[in-house]
Amino acid sequence: MYSYTDFDAAFVAERNRQFRAQVERRIAGSLTEDEFKPLRLMNGLYLQLHAYMLRVAIPYGTLNSAQMDQLAFIADKFDKGYGHFTTRQNIQYNWPKLNEVPDILEALADVEMHALQTSGNTIRNVTADHFAGAASDEIADPRPVAELLRQWSTDHPEFQFLPRKFKIAVTGSPNDRAVTRAHDIGLRMVQNDAGENGFEVIVGGGLGRTPMVGKVIRDFLPVTDLLAYVEAIVSVYNLLGRRDNKYKARIKITVHENGLETIRDMVESRFEQIKPGFTGFDQGLLAQIEHAFAPPAFKTASTDGYEAARMANPAFRSWTDTNLTAHKNDGYAIVSVSIKKHGQTPGDATSEQMRVLARIARDYGHDELRISHEQNVILPHVHKSDLPAIYAALREADLATANIGLVSDIIACPGMDYCALATARSIPVAQQIATRFDELKVEHDVGPLKIKISGCINACGHHHVGHIGILGLDRAGVENYQITLGGDGTEDTHIGERAGPGFAYDEIVPAIERLVLGYLNLRTDPEETFLQTFHRLGADPFKAILYPAKEAQNAA
Amino acid sequence: MPRAFTPKVVTANALLEGDAVWFTEDNTWTRDMAQAELLTDEAHADLRLLEASARQDEIAGPYLADAKPTNDGPAPTHFRETFRTRGPSNYNHGKQAEV
Ligand code: HEM
Ligand code: SF4
Repeated sequence: MYSYTDFDAAFVAERNRQFRAQVERRIAGSLTEDEFKPLRLMNGLYLQLHAYMLRVAIPYGTLNSAQMDQLAFIADKFDKGYGHFTTRQNIQYNWPKLNEVPDILEALADVEMHALQTSGNTIRNVTADHFAGAASDEIADPRPVAELLRQWSTDHPEFQFLPRKFKIAVTGSPNDRAVTRAHDIGLRMVQNDAGENGFEVIVGGGLGRTPMVGKVIRDFLPVTDLLAYVEAIVSVYNLLGRRDNKYKARIKITVHENGLETIRDMVESRFEQIKPGFTGFDQGLLAQIEHAFAPPAFKTASTDGYEAARMANPAFRSWTDTNLTAHKNDGYAIVSVSIKKHGQTPGDATSEQMRVLARIARDYGHDELRISHEQNVILPHVHKSDLPAIYAALREADLATANIGLVSDIIACPGMDYCALATARSIPVAQQIATRFDELKVEHDVGPLKIKISGCINACGHHHVGHIGILGLDRAGVENYQITLGGDGTEDTHIGERAGPGFAYDEIVPAIERLVLGYLNLRTDPEETFLQTFHRLGADPFKAILYPAKEAQNAA
Repeated sequence: MPRAFTPKVVTANALLEGDAVWFTEDNTWTRDMAQAELLTDEAHADLRLLEASARQDEIAGPYLADAKPTNDGPAPTHFRETFRTRGPSNYNHGKQAEV
């Protein structure tokens, strides 16, 4: 794993010292909120409905056990004993007190973490495939590139006041698990005909009020040109991006309004201009960083015990069926730990659960943990012979739910339970859907299905790319939920289409139940997923299920 | 036609804890909305918001929120403001846990 250099450590310490002084001045009243707000946002500190919220970056989703233990310590000492893992591989603390935030930031720095650029109009935490470095389908680990981008973008003087926030995602695998097409810049590793690694560069994706699927600006970019090319994109955006209208400021609008061709021409000419300045220092740095991401020393052991345990214990078998992914090393597996036990808040983990996960990673997982954008925790390198013991430890901590990729593995943003921008709640809707499908005992029969919920049009819950998306709105002073269908966040990114009129708070869960159970009657066989059925039949039969009364009227 | 003025309270987040507070008649902040000053006159409401905003070392983000009179005092009319008097619905945290 990457370790801070002396430079990194000194930089973070200095920023923390500055922020401590700013907090002191704010509390003393010598800084007004208007003056302080941009300063606190630079340090990831928001003010929400009931309290401040501190957003801490988990770069490319990677943590070691000491860091996870420290997140637990912070949750206990400064918060209410839990943290919320988000779709952007951050952790949010919902209850910090202003005067204690500098201490939290110092506790983070002790384990080489920070909250810089988790907010504001800067380049945000670079996200990556949560299976990076482990997945069997991967070309190469994308995290060295993500770390290079992080070092380049942190405090980059040209890019501290962009027209709007800027999000970059990287994947090293053709199967996109990082939603690269919904980011300002998406980087997908590909190989050219000569077998060299490079990136397909995608630009102008984004969700929010104007969802757009990113477009390919460069089919193949050699790794050596990456930093110069990304810098060229961001500087063209910095120049062209609209600062007159916040809702038109993201690069997706810049690309849309100017056209991909114009943007491409400008980026290419800027790239030619700045490329000579990149004289190889970045490649030297990248080589050092790659060193830090060398794979762990994989062990070899018999997996007979694992197979026997699978045969003997149906609950364990079911968990291995849903929560494991193929590892590039045959004897190993990638474990997705669901922090979405039915009825729990998606993404929340208690300090005790964090400590259990840290211990498992230390004892069995080469000390590595990941946070997925689907708000679960990943143990990327687990030898199969250790799985029974891991399962037992997870069960004790209420972490053994076998629901990865199923109906109850829901992404939900904080919504109006926490977020000041929300127009409706999202967490209780997720809790109720999960609880209901657990009662019905059908989720394994239903199979892969992604439900994603946002509490306002900002779409932090990715609802546009949910197979079923739910968007909470405020309609004349009451919560109302709109359903979208057929969204997809993979390499075939699609924005879901609106099904029709919204549902009231107490109608939305029954509507989802109707929809999902109705799909069971539409599919050709149990192998046809919800999304495949949707692609085969289109939206109409699903709409008929959602709005039966209306359908009857039309028929009459 | 301008919309008729509806009663309001001045509300904000406390500076240190960040939780919801409401402005009272005697220029203090209360954590119980029912103790807040109900503002029924638009010009007076604007003035009170200005006065509240000047108290920068106590609060952040003051604004006028709709409220209705009840026998106990001002009460919220919109669900967002109702949540602010209680706390989140997924845990017993925030104001609902304090009373
Ligand atoms: C609670 C404080 C939060 C605030 C104030 C906030 C604010 C926003 C805003 C204003 C946007 C729209 C940006 C635009 O369209 O230009 C947005 C988008 C987004 N946020 Fe949040 N958000 C919050 C929490 C979260 C959380 C908890 C997550 C992760 C679970 C998250 C992840 C995202 C994502 C993925 C997008 C959409 C992608 C994009 O177009 O940028 N946000 N957020
Ligand atoms: S989608 Fe809206 S409600 Fe949900 S976290 Fe984002 S800004 Fe808040």
